[in-house]
Amino acid sequence: MAFHSVVCIKQVPDTTQVRIDPETGSLVRKGIPSVINPFDLFAVEAALRLRDEHGGTVTALCMGPPQAEEALRKVLGYGVDRAVLVTDRAFAGADTLATTYTLAAAIRKIAGARNDQKAAGNEGGEAGPRDADGEPVDLVFCGKQSIDGDTGQVGPGLARRLGFSQLTYVCSLLQIDPEKRKLRAWRQREDGRELLEADLPVAVTITEACNRIRYASLPDLLAAADKKIDTWRADDLDAERGRLGLKGSPTRVNRIFAPPVRQRGETVGEPGMEPAAVAALLFDRLSERGMKPGVARA
Amino acid sequence: MPEDRPKISKNSPDDAARAGKDAAQDSSTAGGEVWVVVEQVAGEAAPVSWELMGEARALAEALGVRAAAVILGAGAPELARQAFSYGAAAAYTGSDPALEPFITDPHCQALVDLARAHQPQIILLGATTRGRDLASAAATELETGLTADCTHLEIDEAKGLLKQTRPAFGGNVMATIITPNHRPQIATVRPGVFPLPEAAAEAGGEIIESRPAITAAAAAVRQLQFLPNPGEESLMGAHVIVAGGRGMRSAHNFALLEKLATELGGTVAASRAAVDAGWISQRRQVGQTGQTVRPLLYIAVGISGAVQHLAGIQESDVIVAINSDPDAPIFDVADYGIVGDLFEIVPALIEEAHARLSGAAGSDAAGERQIGVEST
Repeated sequence: MAFHSVVCIKQVPDTTQVRIDPETGSLVRKGIPSVINPFDLFAVEAALRLRDEHGGTVTALCMGPPQAEEALRKVLGYGVDRAVLVTDRAFAGADTLATTYTLAAAIRKIAGARNDQKAAGNEGGEAGPRDADGEPVDLVFCGKQSIDGDTGQVGPGLARRLGFSQLTYVCSLLQIDPEKRKLRAWRQREDGRELLEADLPVAVTITEACNRIRYASLPDLLAAADKKIDTWRADDLDAERGRLGLKGSPTRVNRIFAPPVRQRGETVGEPGMEPAAVAALLFDRLSERGMKPGVARA
Repeated sequence: MPEDRPKISKNSPDDAARAGKDAAQDSSTAGGEVWVVVEQVAGEAAPVSWELMGEARALAEALGVRAAAVILGAGAPELARQAFSYGAAAAYTGSDPALEPFITDPHCQALVDLARAHQPQIILLGATTRGRDLASAAATELETGLTADCTHLEIDEAKGLLKQTRPAFGGNVMATIITPNHRPQIATVRPGVFPLPEAAAEAGGEIIESRPAITAAAAAVRQLQFLPNPGEESLMGAHVIVAGGRGMRSAHNFALLEKLATELGGTVAASRAAVDAGWISQRRQVGQTGQTVRPLLYIAVGISGAVQHLAGIQESDVIVAINSDPDAPIFDVADYGIVGDLFEIVPALIEEAHARLSGAAGSDAAGERQIGVEST
C-alpha cells in the first residue's frame, strides 16, 4: 500500500548571519542568504525513504514569500513529487498559531477537501472546487524545529489541528505497517529514547539523528526544473481571514535586542609550559568561579 | 540575563482587567492564577518544574493572585506536598491510566479541560521535549499564544502582561514577546534558567482533584519501550560537555574525551566535522544543524569554531577551548583558551581532574563525581 506524505518546509535566513544593528536596534536581514531550514531536509529525506520503500507520493508544502519557490524547486530536485507554495500578504507576520492554521488549511486542500468556506460564503452557490490533484494524506513530516524561530511548535500544532497522531523528536524511523496503518519510531528524550507506535494519519517531526539528505540525482534535477509549482493564495484556502498572518497571531514581539556578546577570555598557560602545569592552572581558574570537581551542582 | 523594562507598550490597557474579569466569572477558584505544569517521571518531578514554581510564585505575587501546580498522573499527593513547599498555594491533580506513561495527547486533553474550567492567566512548562510538545498542543487547542524556551520572565506592571524574553535566530537576537489579548499566556522555560527555590518545611495548600475526561482518540500513540541513556548522558540536560572536532583525527581518540568527561561527570559531544567523518554518532552533534546546548562547562577540543558550531554553544556558562591553532575562531568565544597539542593537554587534564577529585571531601559518592557550582 502506498502512502501520501506532506513534508512542510520553511525558507529561513542563515541565522549565523542575522544581527541586530547596534545603531538602530533593528534586525539586519538585508543581504542575508536564505536557506531551507536544515531540519526540514531530514524531514524531506524521511518522507522520500518511506516512498522509496512503500511507494506513494511526497508533496512538499511551503508557506512564505513568492521567492520561497526556490526552496520548493530545490526539494523537487531531491525527488519530491509535487510542490505547493502558499503565499499571500495576508499570511505575513504569522506566529506559530497562525502558521499551523494556514498550513493545516493547505494540507486539507492537498488531501482533497473541498473549499467549503467559499461555498458557505456563497449561499446557494456551488461548493468550491476540489484540488484536482488532491489525495488523502497519511503522514505530515516537519523538521524538529526551525533555526530562526527555534520553537518546535508547528509539528505538534499541525497534529492538533488535523486530528493526526503526534510523534515528535523522532531520531529513528523504524517501520510502517501498511495493513494496520501504524508507524513505529524512536523518539529522543532528555533521559533516553522511547519507542512509540502511532496510528495513521500521523504528524512526525524529525531530528538530525534520523538521516542525511540524499544527493539530488541528475534526472530528478532535470525533471525538477520543468515541474509546476502550485501556488495558492488566501482565497484558495478554506480559511478565515482573521485567523491568518499577524491578525491571527496571539503573540506580539514587544522588543528585540542584541544578546550580551561573549568576550574573548584568557589564554591559560604560555608556550613551552608543561601540560600538567597548564592543566593545574585551568582547574584553578575554574575553581575561582566555583566550579570544582567533586562538588555536586547546587 | 536581560534587565529590560521598556516603559512603552502599544497594547490596549484593559488586558489585565479582562484577565481578572474572566477569572471572576468562575466562582469555584481564585481564577487568573499562575500555573506550573509539573513534569514527572514515575512520581519524580523534573527539577525544572520546581525552578518554575519559584518563578511562578514571584509572578503571582506581582499580580496579586495564587500560584498553583498542575500535577497529572501518578504520584499526585506527594508531588502536591512538594509543590506547596516550593511555593504553590494550590495543586490541581488528575489521575487516569491514560496519563502514564506520558503521551502528549491525553495530557493535553486533561490540561486543556483544567484551563477551561479554572481560567489561569499564565501557564508555565519546562522547555523539555515533553513540555514543548504539551505546550504546543494545549496552546493550539486553547487558541492562545505560546512563547518557547524563555530565559527571562517578568510582569509588565502597568498592563499586568507577562513579558517573555527568549533567544531567536540561533541566539543572535533576543526577543521579548507578549500575548496581549489571549489567555492563558503560555511559556516554556529552559531548565536551569531559574534557581531552585528553597523548600519550605511546613507549607500547605489546597488540593483540587479532578477526573480528566480523556477520549479514546488519546490512545492513538502508545509507548512500547523506553531505553534510558546508556551511560552517555543526553546533551540536552548535561552540565558538563566535552566536545571533539576535526582535531581529534580518529574515532579511537574520542576515548580520551570520554575519559575526561567521566572524570568531570559530563558527557561527550562533537562538531559536525567529527560527525561527518564518522567518528561519532549524529546524536552527539552540537551546532546549528545539531543540538543547542547550555551546560555549565563546555570544553571544545580540536574544534576550530565555525559559526555553525558557535551557534550551538554560545549560551554555555563557561567555554574552554583547546586548539593547536592560536588563530582558531573558537578562542574568540572561549573564557579560557589553551593553545597546544590536545594529545598532551587532555591527558594532563584527566590526571589533574582525577587528582583533585580524589582530594575532594566526600568524593566517594558516585553522585558527586561531577563538576558543579558550589551552593552559596
